[in-house]
Amino acid sequence: MSLGEISQLLAWGATTAYAIALVAFAMDLARLADRMGVERARAGRSVLATAGAPGVPPAADDAPDAPAAVLASRTRAVGIAMATTTAGFGLHLAAAVTRGLAAGRVPWANMYEFALVGALVAVGVFLGLCRRRDLRFLGTIVVGIAVLALGVGLAVFYTPASAVEPALQSYWLVIHVSIAIVATGLFAVSFATSVLHLLKDSRAAGSPRLAGERWRALDVLPSTRELEALSFRVTAVGFVLWTFTVMAGAVWAEHTWGRYWGWDPKEVWSFVVWVVYAAYLHARTTRGWSGRRAAWFVVVGFATVVFNFTGVNLFFQGLHDYGGVPGGS
Amino acid sequence: MAGDEQTPRPPGTRPDDAPTLPAVGVVGLLRWTWRQLTSMRVALMLLMLLAVVAVPGSVLPQRPQSPADVARYLEDNPGLGPWLDRLGFFDVYASVWFSAVYLLLFVSLVGCIVPRLRLHLRAVRARPPRVPRRLERFAVHDEVVTDATPAQVLAAVEPVLRGPLARLPRFRTEVERSPRDGVAATVAAERGYLRETGNIAFHLALLGILVSVAAGQMLEYRGQAIVVEGRGFANAVTDYDTFEAGTFFDASTLVPFTMRLDRFTADFFADARPRDFVADVTLIDPSTGGEPRQREIRVNHPITAGGAKIYLQGNGYAPTVEIRDAAGELAFAGAVPFLPEDGVYTSRGVIKVPDVSTGPQIGLVGYLLPTAEVTPLGVRSVFPQPADPRLVLTVWSGDLGLDDGVPQNVYELDSEAMTQAVDDAGTPVTLVVEPGTPVELPDGLGTLTWTDLPRFVALDLRHDPALPWLAGFAVAALVGLAVSLFTPRRRIWLRVTERDGRTVVGAAALARGDDVGLPDELERVLRAVRDLDEGRE
Ligand code: HEM
Repeated sequence: MSLGEISQLLAWGATTAYAIALVAFAMDLARLADRMGVERARAGRSVLATAGAPGVPPAADDAPDAPAAVLASRTRAVGIAMATTTAGFGLHLAAAVTRGLAAGRVPWANMYEFALVGALVAVGVFLGLCRRRDLRFLGTIVVGIAVLALGVGLAVFYTPASAVEPALQSYWLVIHVSIAIVATGLFAVSFATSVLHLLKDSRAAGSPRLAGERWRALDVLPSTRELEALSFRVTAVGFVLWTFTVMAGAVWAEHTWGRYWGWDPKEVWSFVVWVVYAAYLHARTTRGWSGRRAAWFVVVGFATVVFNFTGVNLFFQGLHDYGGVPGGS
Repeated sequence: MAGDEQTPRPPGTRPDDAPTLPAVGVVGLLRWTWRQLTSMRVALMLLMLLAVVAVPGSVLPQRPQSPADVARYLEDNPGLGPWLDRLGFFDVYASVWFSAVYLLLFVSLVGCIVPRLRLHLRAVRARPPRVPRRLERFAVHDEVVTDATPAQVLAAVEPVLRGPLARLPRFRTEVERSPRDGVAATVAAERGYLRETGNIAFHLALLGILVSVAAGQMLEYRGQAIVVEGRGFANAVTDYDTFEAGTFFDASTLVPFTMRLDRFTADFFADARPRDFVADVTLIDPSTGGEPRQREIRVNHPITAGGAKIYLQGNGYAPTVEIRDAAGELAFAGAVPFLPEDGVYTSRGVIKVPDVSTGPQIGLVGYLLPTAEVTPLGVRSVFPQPADPRLVLTVWSGDLGLDDGVPQNVYELDSEAMTQAVDDAGTPVTLVVEPGTPVELPDGLGTLTWTDLPRFVALDLRHDPALPWLAGFAVAALVGLAVSLFTPRRRIWLRVTERDGRTVVGAAALARGDDVGLPDELERVLRAVRDLDEGRE
């Protein structure tokens, strides 16, 4: 078995571990929600009575909704989830390293490798943040994105490891693409946070679709204000790194093609990503646009990031045309 | 100032006077427009609009990048195409509407940043806000009781607030001694002015980037030259195959360096994908002393000569041929670049022989196959390296049309006044030429000998005097952005009172926005007070 095949097996292993973690994270949230319901009922503020009825706001947001005792006594499921995520991360890291060794270069030169390393960074950022704050509630979405990225990467984008073409041989490739991948990982985390923010906010505002039992897990999350602040902080770091990515890309283009900017489809979409997140930063400080509306910018921003990594390589032709998808581009 | 629109209102206008604007007259209308344009909401709208108007350029073919694709699109869409063309959709980034959006955005930016700059300069010189009456009402507050005297407390606290750099204090600090009865001293401290400095620097740097790009486009030049192994290139407009320059470029400023291509090395994987390309050149550059120097140009590693960057953009083969005419006189000898058309370097070229001593002019059109494989269907190339090269040519004779003064494409044969050589059955004659073996041309036109197979490189030369400025502004933007996003704005207040022979230090801290580091910041200051007692024990 070649090193490249070992890498592929490791990547499948990581995907499996993440899938198990995903189930465990979801169970944890469900159990916590159950327990909280019990606590609330005991406290005489029965949410259960109203939660099923459409149109009735379950509980005001920012009320002391998650009794500290409940949050502190996390379920056994979350322990399993964190353990399998960490194990998956180990396999994932090994997959990326062996891929790089097999190709004799850094493992981020085609779409499969972007997906592989991008997901690695997202999970890494998540695990790293968890060491400092209890952000395990993000697990479902972050690990979910990782499963999706790895699964699609392995099933659709996979190409065997090989060295790159002359246009890609530059240390600017290493800098430009690695920072782009880290920024993408951060944007994935802030996307997850903002989605939870929007869902929780809608539930608190009495959205009939989110009023049901199934969405009770949202009550366990930190307040919308905290989610907003977290999303902003992660996006801010991602935005600075993305700004750097675009600039490093311009330097690379200058070195390779003799022009720093040529409105190649990839450049257009990197610019669109940048402008959307700049708009987000402005929206946060504009009267009438902060909160929910600003959170939508993070969602749209991540959609443009994902399109930049997938759609642009698949649908448009341009100089960045080495996604390496068989039959694609 | 957190979270609010930052535009100062012109004096004498009320916030609600917008609806009554016709009565205000032209000046009022202008003023109203300006205020709208420089408002945060409009800046936000313009940013969103900028993201939207940038997209069509990635969906539709663009004329500057791929004019052939635009022509094909226009052919395929005779109804919609011309309309899109008229509206500028095939050159989005030079279109009126795209330019309008970003120019408005930058006007808005200037209108936004200049008043902010003025406010900020005033704020930097102002004193930190006074100590509030009740410190307990802040979310982050604390109290320390110590045996040290108020003077000792102040002496301990001040260096912590100031930080290690005297010039760039961590906190701007204002100490008041005995402000009121019963209070020994108050300390008001504020940090984070750099946040706004960074923000303004970032926005101004964006403006600098825009101006640098525009200046670069007016002052730059770029040209392409094809250089065959063993041949040279001189940096003069006439030596370029194509040459473009900005409006304000002055051709007399070209530095007359010369360059010789000594050798070109190409390396491929077994499946014909390129592995590496290296061009070894000898450069004579008067701007750096004029001594001949050996340099190496690679795909990602341009060299600099006479202020211009030289990029390796493409490569191919330029077979050297000798052609003797019907009288046996040497009519042509030289290297002719054949342009590669695919990954295995199936290359197309034209050999034009105008200077015959007798008979019609000769034109040869066809392909070079670096590693030829002969099949029943014909010959084709299977690998880019010249393992078994062949030239496959058709032959034309007549008038090449070179004498009428109209510049011609050297890679195309103008066959209008020429006839193609055919055999007895009427099918065109195809010559398959091997290196070193002379071949008779049909119809007694003469003989052709393929003597050598050097390679050529296609070089891009480019000079943009604004690049250092662009780089400088880009770095300033990045640094300004990071400073502006990651500098916390914090205030710390202390009130020092004496009670029962001991000193009580009440403290509170406030941050702009959500700030996890705030309690730690306050604790760092109070630890200096607590340490006073430790030292005593
Ligand atoms: C060229 C387009 C622009 C871009 C790319 C841009 C980008 C940014 C970015 C990334 C930030 C976040 C930095 C921070 O929060 O400190 C920011 C902040 C800000 N921008 Fe812009 N900006 C642009 C134009 C404008 C314009 C036209 C205005 C004026 C209306 C403006 C006013 C502001 C203000 C007031 C902030 C500070 C927000 C705060 O205090 O948090 N910007 N801008």
